[in-house]
This record gives sequence, C-alpha cells and structure tokens, in this order.
Amino acid sequence: MQVPAHVEYERATSVDHALGLLARYGPEARVLAGGHSLIPMMKLRLAQPETLVDINDLSELAGLGVTDGELRIGAMVRHAQLLDHAEAGELFAILHDAERVIADPIVRNWGTIGGSLCQADPSEDLSATFAALQATMIIRGLDGERSVAARDFHTGPYETVVRPGEILTEIRIALHPTIGPRTDPKTGPKTGGGPGSLRRGSAYQKVGRRVGDWPVGAAGAAVWLSDGTVAEVGIGLSAVGARHFSAAEAEDFLRGAPATAQAFEQAGQIAAEHCRPSSDQRGPADYKRHLARELTIRALDLALRRAQAAEPSGAERASGGPGGRPPGSNRTAR
Amino acid sequence: MNDAYGPVPRKEDARFIRGKGRFVDDIQLPGMLYGAVLRSPLAHARVVSVDVANALAHPKVEAVITGETLTERNLAWMPTLSRDVQAVLATDKVRYQGQEVAFVVAQDRYSARDALELISVEYEPLPPVVDAKRALDPGVPVVRDDLPGKADNHIFDWEAGDQAATDAAFAAADVVVTQDMLYPRSHPAPLETCGIIADLDDISGKLTLWCTSQAPHAHRTIYALVAGVPEHKIRVISPDIGGGFGNKVPVYPGYLCAIVGAMMTGRPVKWVEDRSENLMSTTFARDFHMHGEIAATREGKILGLRARVLADHGAFNATAQPTKYPAGFFHIFTGSYDLPAAHCQVKAVHTNKAPGGVAYSCSFRITEAVYLVERMVDLLARELDLDPAELRMRNLLRPEQFPYTAPTGWEYDSGNYPRALRLAMDMAGYEQLRAEQAEKRARGEYMGIGISFFTEGVGAGPRAHMDILGLGMADGADLRVYPTGKAVLAISVQTQGQGHETTFAQLVAGELGLSPDDVEVVHGDTDATPFGLGTYGSRSTPVSGAAAVMVARKVRDRARIVAAAMMEVSADDLDWVNGRWQVRGDPEQSAGIAQIAMAAHGSLELPDGVEGHLDAETVYNPPNLTFPFGAYICVTDVDPGTGVVKIRRFIAVDDCGVRINPMIVEGQVHGGLADGVGMALMQVIAFDENGNCLGGSFMDYLLPTAMECPSWELGETVTPSPHHPVGAKGVGESATVGSPPAVVNSVLDALAPFGVRHADMPLTPAGVWSAIQGRPLRTDLAVS
Amino acid sequence: MMEISVTVNGTTYRREIEPRLLLIHFLRDDLRLTGSHWGCDTSNCGACVVWLDEIPVKSCTVLAAMADGHRVRTVEGLELKGAGEAGGGRLDPVQEGFAQCHGLQCGFCTPGMMMTARWLLDHDPDPSPEQIREAISGQICRCTGYENIVRAIQWASKHADGSDGSEAAQ
Repeated sequence: MQVPAHVEYERATSVDHALGLLARYGPEARVLAGGHSLIPMMKLRLAQPETLVDINDLSELAGLGVTDGELRIGAMVRHAQLLDHAEAGELFAILHDAERVIADPIVRNWGTIGGSLCQADPSEDLSATFAALQATMIIRGLDGERSVAARDFHTGPYETVVRPGEILTEIRIALHPTIGPRTDPKTGPKTGGGPGSLRRGSAYQKVGRRVGDWPVGAAGAAVWLSDGTVAEVGIGLSAVGARHFSAAEAEDFLRGAPATAQAFEQAGQIAAEHCRPSSDQRGPADYKRHLARELTIRALDLALRRAQAAEPSGAERASGGPGGRPPGSNRTAR
Repeated sequence: MNDAYGPVPRKEDARFIRGKGRFVDDIQLPGMLYGAVLRSPLAHARVVSVDVANALAHPKVEAVITGETLTERNLAWMPTLSRDVQAVLATDKVRYQGQEVAFVVAQDRYSARDALELISVEYEPLPPVVDAKRALDPGVPVVRDDLPGKADNHIFDWEAGDQAATDAAFAAADVVVTQDMLYPRSHPAPLETCGIIADLDDISGKLTLWCTSQAPHAHRTIYALVAGVPEHKIRVISPDIGGGFGNKVPVYPGYLCAIVGAMMTGRPVKWVEDRSENLMSTTFARDFHMHGEIAATREGKILGLRARVLADHGAFNATAQPTKYPAGFFHIFTGSYDLPAAHCQVKAVHTNKAPGGVAYSCSFRITEAVYLVERMVDLLARELDLDPAELRMRNLLRPEQFPYTAPTGWEYDSGNYPRALRLAMDMAGYEQLRAEQAEKRARGEYMGIGISFFTEGVGAGPRAHMDILGLGMADGADLRVYPTGKAVLAISVQTQGQGHETTFAQLVAGELGLSPDDVEVVHGDTDATPFGLGTYGSRSTPVSGAAAVMVARKVRDRARIVAAAMMEVSADDLDWVNGRWQVRGDPEQSAGIAQIAMAAHGSLELPDGVEGHLDAETVYNPPNLTFPFGAYICVTDVDPGTGVVKIRRFIAVDDCGVRINPMIVEGQVHGGLADGVGMALMQVIAFDENGNCLGGSFMDYLLPTAMECPSWELGETVTPSPHHPVGAKGVGESATVGSPPAVVNSVLDALAPFGVRHADMPLTPAGVWSAIQGRPLRTDLAVS
Repeated sequence: MMEISVTVNGTTYRREIEPRLLLIHFLRDDLRLTGSHWGCDTSNCGACVVWLDEIPVKSCTVLAAMADGHRVRTVEGLELKGAGEAGGGRLDPVQEGFAQCHGLQCGFCTPGMMMTARWLLDHDPDPSPEQIREAISGQICRCTGYENIVRAIQWASKHADGSDGSEAAQ
C-alpha cells in the first residue's frame, strides 16, 4: 500500500488553538478532519503538507440542529451522523438522499462534511447538494468569521475560498427561502403568499458506475411550492461541469412557473444546455449532458412529490422566531 | 455416495476467523529489509540514464538494484512461461507504463517508498503502440526491438479446426450471422497483492522464499534455472494466500529483485507490491478482439462456427498455458453444441502494455471461447426470431453423443446438457419471465433474460500433450499413515481459499475409512511436498485430487496385504466393507486402517509387497481433461433513461461431476458468478492513446460489492467423469467462465426493442445509454 | 517522532512513531496484530476495517497519531475472553457464523467483514439481507460472491448466544 511522505502533527484543543497553529505553520499546514479526503491524497503523494493540524477533538464544530430558522451543520459532522439525523432528513430529504450514495458506510463513519467540501472535487455530491439548498458557509480566521454562499465557495477544481489560516466551521441552510441574489430586486420574488403557506420538498438523483463511485452525473433539487407554483427552487449539479455546481438558468426559468412535468422537462433541458461536461472514464460528454437533463427532471419530480406530501412549512415556525428546537434535534457531537 | 463426502466444515477456518492466518506480509524475520520498485511512468521510452546516487545516500537504504546491476549477474532478463523473455529491470527501453526500472532495499517500508523519489531516470519518450488493431500497421513502432531481427509486433499465428469443411458449411447455410466483439482486458485482482520474502542463508547456501505463489514447485525450478542457485538449495513456501485467480502463477520481476537484494545485503528482503503495481504490471487477463461468424439452417440447426481473434499480449509474451497451445484452449469455442464444422484463427501481437493474458479463472482462454459462442448463439436466435433457450435446446449435445469429439479435437468426457438447461429454466420460471418481459415492454419497462450454456475443459493435463516450459502437468501425492492410524497427505497443489485442507482430507478419508479429522493435508512447502505444476485452471480436484485418491488406494492395497497377515488369511479372501478389510463370509474378522498401521509398524512378519509401513506415493498423469458444464440464466432490469443495469436474479445450474464437499462447491460457484457481474458491468483495464493505464486503482478498476450481486440461486446435476477415480471434475472456474455471457445476453435482451444488437463489456451506464443511441462505446481505449 | 498511547483490544500500548504512520501499519507491524489486512491504495477494499472508539473505520485512511488516546478493536479482540484469559476465548457468534456458513474462503477480507458485522448486529440485532449488503458495501470480497457472508451474519443474528456448545471451529 502506498504511504505518505514525512509530515509533522499537531492536535488542536480548540478552534482558536487550531487557528493559531495554522498561523504558526503557514500555508504548508493542512487541517486534518476525518482525513478521508486528505490522507488518500497524501498516500498517493498528490498532497504533501508539512504539518497536519488535527481538529477531531473540536466537538464545538460537530453540532447539528436547527437554530434561528436554519439547519446548522458543523463542519466536523461525520457523513454517518448527518445520514442518521432524523430531523435533518425530515427537513431536507436531499441530505439523506445524497449521503446515502456518498462513498460507503465505513468511509461515512469517519469522513466529515467539511472535509468533503474543502476537498472540492468537481464530482463532490455535497457541493451540488448545498448548492441546491442555497446554503451558506461560515469560515473562521484569526480575524473573525465570514460567510460565503455555497455557490461562491468553490473557485475551481480542488480550490475553495478558504484561505490558509482559516477553517470552515459550519454550513447553514435556511428553512425558508430568502430573497437571494438571483431574484430581480425590482420585481421581487415571483411568489404569491407568504412563507407560511410554502411546502418544501427536496431530492437527489445520482448515477454512478457502481455503489460508492463518484457520480457520472448527479442532480439535486429543492423546491418550495405555493399551491401549484414553484415559489422558490434550487438545482445543484455535480460532475457535469456546471458553474458553481448549480443550474442557475434553469432555476430562473422555474421560479414562479407552475410545477408541471412540462416545466420540469424544460428546466432539465436548460440545465443540460448550460453545463460543460468532459469525457472521461466515467462516460462521454454527450451522456453526461443527457444525465444533467434526465436527473434534473427526476430530482425535481421527486422533490415535488415530497413537497406535495409535506405540511406547509409555515406551520412549524415563522423564520427569525425564538427558535425552540423540536425534540431529538440535539445530537451529541463526536 | 461416499460417507466422507458432504458439507464438512472447513478445517482452515479456525485460524482465519481468529485473524491468525499467516500471509506473506504477516511474516517478519529478524533483520528483515523492505524492497520497493521504481516503475516507468511512460508506456514506451528509451532509458537514457538511471542515477541512484541520492537513493544510496539515504541513511535507511541498504542497496539499490538497477538493470545494470542485474546485467552483471545475467539476470536483467528472465524467461517467461511462454518461452519469451521479459525484462526484470529495464535496460534499453521501458515497454509499458509501470514496468520495473529499479529496486530499492531499505530498513523499513516507508523509507523504501521515500527512496524511490531519490532515483532520477532520464527517459527519451517514444510513440507507444496502444491499439492492438493498429499494432501490425506498417510503420508502427516495434515494441520488441530487443529480439534480434524483430521488425514488427507480431507474436504468433495459430489455428484449429477444418477450414475447408467450415467454408463449405457456411456456403451451404441459409443464414450467416457475424459480429465483432471484445473481451476487454481485465485483472484478477485478488485481495492480497503479490509479494515475497527472500532469505538466503549464507552458510548453507539455502535460499528460502515465502511467496504468494500458486505454483511453488514450478517457481523453484525456474529460480534454479535462472538465478544460479542449485534447486536442492531452494525452498519455496506458499503460506496462506489471499486469493490467486491466476494472478499468482507467474514469476514477477519483483520476486527476482528481492532474491538479488537478499544476496547483496545478506539479510532477508521482503517485497510486497501495492495495489496500483498489481493492477498495472502483474498478469492481466483476456484482451481478445474477436470476430465471430455462425452459420445455420433456417430451422435453427447450427452448421458451422468461425472465429478470428486478435490477441493483445502486451509487451512480453508471458501467458501461462501449455506449450502446444499458445492460444490456450480457445479452440473449445464450439462450446456445448453439436455442430459439424468449425475453424478458428488467433493472431497475437505486442503492444506497450503489461504482459499477461491467461489469468483470472479463464481455464486457459475458455472464458473467451464461451463468451464468443454464447453471444453468437444469441445473435443467431435474434436473427431467426427464435427463443434463445429453444435455439440452444435444438443444438445442445445429447447425452448419447458422449464421449464426444468436437470438431477441434476435444474429447468431452460426459454430460447431459438438455437436463441442465431445463432445470435452470424451471428454477427461473422461464416462461413466466418471458410473459413478464412482454407485459413490461408494452408499458415501456425493460427487463432482460440472458442465457449462457458452457462446457469447460479443466484439469490440465495429459503429459503427452501438455507441458509448461517443458515441465509436465502431472501431480504427485505422498501419503503416510502413522502407527496410531492418523494420516498425513502431502500434495503438490496448494490452496488460495479453495479449501484443499478439507476436501483432500475428505478424499483420503473416503478411501481409507477414516474421519477427515484424522487426515492432515500438507501443502505449499516445496521441501515437504511432491512436485507438481500448481493450482490454476481448476486442476486441483481433477489432477491432484485424483493423485490423492490413487495414493490412498495404494495404501489401502498395502493394508490389505498386512491385514491378511494379521488375520492369517489370503489377501484374496478379504473385501473392503464399510471402511475395513473384512474376511469374506466372516464379518467378525475385520481390521481397520488404524489397527493395520500399528501392525505394519510392529513386529508382525510382513509378506512381499509391504516394507514396514503403509506409506505410498504416486504421480498422477491424467488421461484427459474433465469437462464440467452449466446452464446459467440472468434476469436484469435496465433503466433506459440512465443506462443503469440492476441484476435482479441469477440462476446457476452447475455439473462438476461428483461433489466432494457441496458447501465448498457452492462457494466456488458464488465467487465466480460475482466475477460475471463485475466483468459484464464494470471491470476494465483501459488505456489512453499515450499508453497511460486507466485502471490502476480500485477507484477506476471497479469490483462488484454485495450491493451489485443478487442472492445467487444454485442448482446442480451430477454427471460423473468416467475417467476420474471418483468421478469428480473440478469447478473453480466454471462460474467465471459461464456468467459474463449470461449477464451480457440479458442486458442486450433488455435492449432489443431499441434495436441494439451488441455492445461490448463493460456495460456501464454510459455504455448502455450510448448503445441505445446507436453509438456503442469502445471500452478498451480512450480515444480523444 | 512522537509518542502515542493507544488501547487496543483492552491493552494500552505506548510507542514512538512517525506522525505519518498509518494505523493499519501500526497495528500490523508495530503491535504484530496481523489479523487486519490491507489490499488497496485508495480506501476502497475494506480489508483494513477495525473499530476506532467503537466505530468501524478503514484503518489505512487513519493515522496512528489520530488514535492517540483512543481505543481500537481488531479481529484479535473479537473473541469473548473470560476474566484473566490470555487468549483462545469463546468465539463471537459472528466468528462462528462465518465458519458455520462457509462465509470465508481465502480469509483475507474476513476480519474486516466480521468487524463490520459485529458493529451492525450491536446496533441492529435483526437486519434484513438488504441492510446487511449495504453495511458491507464498502468492502470487497473476491472469493465468496457475498452470499455466504450475508448468511453468516444472519446466522450470528439468530444465534446471539453462540451455537450452544458447538465445537465447529476449534
């Protein structure tokens, strides 16, 4: 088996300690979370950091639950934890759909959400998932915290906006859609009715060559329905060269449109037109483009059916309220 | 049926379930060093220089070996199993990506790996030959310019059958169907990679090797011929081996380098390859570009079969098969059918890829042959608009035709083929499946039902016809019976999971009236076992198993003589009844083996024919191969929107003659069926135009998991082999041979409404979808 | 170099190691617990599965340094030891199940499969065949075709107290 090159190792006792270590060791230091993205790279010597800062003891980064109208996922949450979290799955079925097809059960035991996102593989399922959910990433440095939209988090293959000396600490997903940068500020969102009458549904569809494989193509969709209209929608795409892991043009088309099979077909078509897949061992470009369309439609269909079966989300709580957590949402971090 | 046969639990399990197996990498010797191989990143290049100074300066490095070092010892090249030569460490050129260039010996495995980066090699890249179909084009680079006078990439031409008769049959036929098909390059990928520990005792000169070898005696002889160590000073020990599947038959350059490293340092040297080395440089399997033609009457009677094959052997011809059969047993391609005329031609070429070809439970290319004929029969069924099961029934050999001589010379020993196919169809509920398929098609859902009927020829092989590197393929067995009646059987094959410690004990127990617990099986250590050519080609039961039975019968015959002396009767007055020698007409007077053994070792006066013990030895020269067969049916569901294939059911009826341990037989079948899923749907070692190997890790060389495999449904028929001492045939490779065509036929059956005639393995989602679009993918070569 | 302290199968080991040392190598080469194996370079095959703090992990993808201060359980710790017994305790029903149901052939993937099986049954005493297949979907077997591994785990689930005096795998 291949083995890593020499490296130094430090174990952080707090986030501040970790940030201090990163500052001390400079840009050749890497954060070590679950290690299931980094250590394989180190074994193949594709990554050769000088120092590893182990953050596995930082339980403050492993929280998972609803606060202030957001589902907040700590960066150190293990894939298995997220898959096992009933409330997260009830709120956003797409999270469970995606986690169920990421890697394998043993890797999911130790790999983390933050680790996968920071690895920034162009085929990363969670990148498409959080793009569909229009999540926000919280990044902490010695000079404080900043937030970045999930869609702006990745700057290229294996590249994110996290600077040396910073740590991704949390991912936040708003339970109810907010007016985002893609909505025309002059006309406002094309919805009728307030957030209280929206039904939420989400889904993830992936094709792989085998269980546990990276996707050949994958699509995630989150829809908020107001009666029969798509009040808000997010579509994420992985492995097909979609800009920012999302199908923004397809979203714009669907926003305010009736939630029909025809509209979804059209959305799928638009999503396919705007992605730039490349041919590789997993498949030729024309097939991947086809998957972008086909899986977008299927994800939208399933998200719609789930939305139709859901309670209107306004029945839970208004956004910005005191944020009492439903029972069972407190999970002990590992 | 013998009392000792049956689903006896395995003796070997006791150590494995406790994690107390002893695999090569588990073994540590005092002072042991670790080796690592530096490999070529290029598929074809001149080696300009190899600078090892920095590696030698590493404080933990004890030695560095290059092609130059080996040249001084006349070891830079070694013979292959096909009488070619292969570079141990590159001297003039590198000829495939991953070829061995240098070998580092260091104090620990991490330092050995570090030291590889301190070696600088200057290469002068050359254009590689990657597409086998272009390998013989004029002006293409010559891979083997190390061979004097070699001006092209041609290795051999071989043919079998009657060309004139076949041409005539085709000319007279109502229908001729032709199809090109690829059996892609695949790799056995046992879970344990290949490795060795070489330990040279500098006082006695004894070289002891612990090695992942499926053929320890053959390896010993090869090292004696190549490494200049006298054969009686070499001991090869195959300890527990984590799967072989043909991958562990050859001698690999890393083994020789470890031996040289031990000679240079005076300390034991361990070398265990990593997974990428295993996939990129050890013996691959298949890579046959086949053109098939089948001729028939309109009523569906097959008249003739033709095959033209282009075989990609990689940079060196290192295939392992009997000398007279450079294309292995491919000419058994007439399969299980009664057809009068057949002719095949195989042309082999070099390319800039790893050497190999015969591996992965192929039974010496029978996997390729069965795939060809089963695809052609299915295509013929489609052409004639006949149900594929019905077409097979019309053409399968009938029981009264056995023993049957095939048009290409094979003598099939026994079989009842229609019965096996009917059983598989009954188990599957074939007619209901066809009805379900029709009903689903009307609703736009696509399921497929694929059949594969195969005949194997295993148990190589008769001395007169079969040798590897001049070594005959007979196998020996030594049986000792200790005074207290316990027996020790030493056999020349050894196990990589097939359960020999149990089944061979059962064989001996069955002949001697002992319990299998009273029989210890010794294997794997050349100092303790008789010569034999190893475990592969499903030969253990047919050859070594026969040897075990014959030697036990020799012991039993000696026991008869002793028993006669004990009971003061004539040997002719004794019958073997219920595991004892009994005086005819006087059942009270009998003796079992334990008693007899004690008497033989005692003071009883012994008559002629016995020398003071019951021990015996034998070498078994099989009179023929044995011919296990089977009928497989695979049910798949295909999603045309994504190309994803799900295997719903797999029914497998196997006939391997008499079953010594049915539990072990079924386990062997289960394992081979998974191979079919893998090869048909996901496994391929592909290359790009620059000769980069695209299957160098388990991220891209995908193996099936428990999720892709259905719950296998097994059935059996038993048609004993008439020439094997207990009628057993061997089964190790049957399912790997028979299952890929069943899966492929099933998927293509599902896709028939889309007009898809054929698509090559692996039928990945992209491959299936592309076939539906009318643009089937080329799976072996990524051309941009 | 750094010093680590890892408790493996109930015994605490203090060793000096390089930070880059992988947990699988620490167990096999340093502690001589060779029951766990390795079979690939890319965290795919699962031959190396052990428990880290009661969770199955691929020990080829974990540094020994990450296990410092933690507990590891390997196949050697699967047997149910009596108080004061040095070795050769009673087999875990999972081990018995593998022997009873021919769930192993070459034995190389077996320790990893059994560690996952033990964890699965601890959390779900009566899993369906589909759940079993998913639980082992990150681990490769080249010999068995998985059917008998599934049966072995089902056997263990039905015989949680062992096989009542069976000497099958002695």
